[in-house]
Amino acid sequence: MLVHSRRGKWATWAVFFLLFLPIFALPLLVVLAASFATNWSSAFPSGFTTGHYSVATRGESLQALTTSLVTALTASVLALVVGTWAALAGHALKRGGKRLLDALFMLPVAVPSVVVGLAILVAFSKPPVLLNGTRWIVVLAHAVLVTAFAHQSVSAAIMRLDPAYEQAAASLGARPSYVLWRVRLPLLLPSLTAAAGLCFALSMGELSATMMLYPPDWTPLPVQIYAATDRGALFTGSALAVVLMAATVLVLFAVSRIRTKASYR
Amino acid sequence: MSSGLRFDRVSVAYGGTTVLDSLDLTVEPGEVMALLGPSGSGKTTALRAVAGFVRPAAGRVFIGDRDVTGLPPHRRGIGMVVQQYALFPHMRVEDNVAFGLKAQKAPKDEIRGRVAEALEMTGMAAYARRHPRELSGGQQQRVAIARALAIRPGVLLLDEPLSALDARLRSGMLSELARLHRELPHVSILYVTHDQVEALTLADRIAVMDKARLQDVGTPRELYRAPRTEFTASFVGNANLLPVTVGSGGVDFSGTELKVPTRDAARGTTATLCVRPHLVGLGAGPNALTGSVIEVQWRGATHRLYIEVAGHRVMADLRELRQPPALGDEITVHFGPEDAVLLSAGVTPERSAPVAVRETVGAADQGSRDG
Repeated sequence: MLVHSRRGKWATWAVFFLLFLPIFALPLLVVLAASFATNWSSAFPSGFTTGHYSVATRGESLQALTTSLVTALTASVLALVVGTWAALAGHALKRGGKRLLDALFMLPVAVPSVVVGLAILVAFSKPPVLLNGTRWIVVLAHAVLVTAFAHQSVSAAIMRLDPAYEQAAASLGARPSYVLWRVRLPLLLPSLTAAAGLCFALSMGELSATMMLYPPDWTPLPVQIYAATDRGALFTGSALAVVLMAATVLVLFAVSRIRTKASYR
Repeated sequence: MSSGLRFDRVSVAYGGTTVLDSLDLTVEPGEVMALLGPSGSGKTTALRAVAGFVRPAAGRVFIGDRDVTGLPPHRRGIGMVVQQYALFPHMRVEDNVAFGLKAQKAPKDEIRGRVAEALEMTGMAAYARRHPRELSGGQQQRVAIARALAIRPGVLLLDEPLSALDARLRSGMLSELARLHRELPHVSILYVTHDQVEALTLADRIAVMDKARLQDVGTPRELYRAPRTEFTASFVGNANLLPVTVGSGGVDFSGTELKVPTRDAARGTTATLCVRPHLVGLGAGPNALTGSVIEVQWRGATHRLYIEVAGHRVMADLRELRQPPALGDEITVHFGPEDAVLLSAGVTPERSAPVAVRETVGAADQGSRDG
């Protein structure tokens, strides 16, 4: 929407802040304030301490942060590999096959994640594939949940990729595998990193399926936050939430740096 | 490596629509063949059938003596340059040019030499370390050509290579391409274009395509001086196409007797007379036509007059006139008998096809003797 008059611009900004601040920014700011507070009896938290952070960054909590990071990284990599592979394969399929593949990959998103968690719990609680009680069941659940997003964003990028590049490469005598590694994947890199960032962020925040699956020695940070607030430790929970946010944002920032380097045009 | 190229009754169809209808055409080793036609004429489809990006519904494609109809693109040994260049944006110019050699696992020091050679040949040696996005359109086109030449293909496919360039760059690149072909006399070139100037300038022979079919093949001179069909006449150069009735030793154009060679056309049949506008002169002379001026276009070096003669428009391109006629003026123009070509009566594309086939069969025989 183009707004040309000066007053119109001010009005637009005013509306933006009116909507943005209370809905998006304020809750996060309150969490941030609460993480430094000792007291919360009026509308806003009061008192100042960094004590919650010393709890939130050592021992069990630090363990939970590492657990979350490792889970999210592994799940993202898995999702990216599987999603990209499927997207590339789907691109070569005819219309009907491609639709079916798209639909299959969207399934875990369409189904509530609690249901996905339950399904995975039921499926892998008995031999021959017994994953229940191991950290792998958490990683697997996260990968299943985020692969849809990787698949979808890489699919869209492949559709946009000009076939002239791969045709030029093929005419120069490059085998399909060589074209894939040297031309198609490098050209897709910006979308691949974007997809990786999305998967990572989603996995870092995943709670509902994780709750059904996590073994005692593999507690991701969201579960820790939930447990803290559940037992009334609101300030510690807030500090943990801020740590979770900060870690996620840091990783996303690093990924976006790779992305700027990888975009050529 | 000289190889040449042959289409043997190649047909291509997309979901029931025939986009290329049994094309027979031979490109001799070292020959530049232009595929000239309007969009949708099947010329690009023919090129893509050679490259291997479309699979013919029928017929075979030969590169040299090799039947490549069933081969994937990367095993055909062709160089290709497309309209939008398709340089790999993530690679430097030198890596773009080296791509084909690396893909074919050529020895390292050989790659370096051939990349330098290809860049030298296209005048892009100074830009080896740049990325494609840092180059102008004309420079990108040179890199695309260098990339195709580096693999030393026997056949070079050019798909409207100049249509993304502006007019001045285009004429520069046209002479560059002509020079490249002189330096690489053994490379056969299939050049797809809709621009008659490019085809006339570059090609040894031109294949005129329309409606998925080959309409006419011949040297630029043949097609220009003695077109066989109305389509060729109007697509290769401009043409006045006048409906006439064949008489003895001449034709009748709406009551005016014109003395033109009638060759073997039968008396009394209707035919089309083709006269190039630039061969029409002002004033009285042989084969004079008188009519009123309906449009005057000043084109710098020439004036183009549209004259209405007996209900038909006649175009005349005249060297810039000091005093151009006004609209509605009654003027007389004329043309020499040797400057007119009588197109055989009621020529339709179907009827002209056998002529084209005869031409290509002869060429194919010659090709197999050479191979």
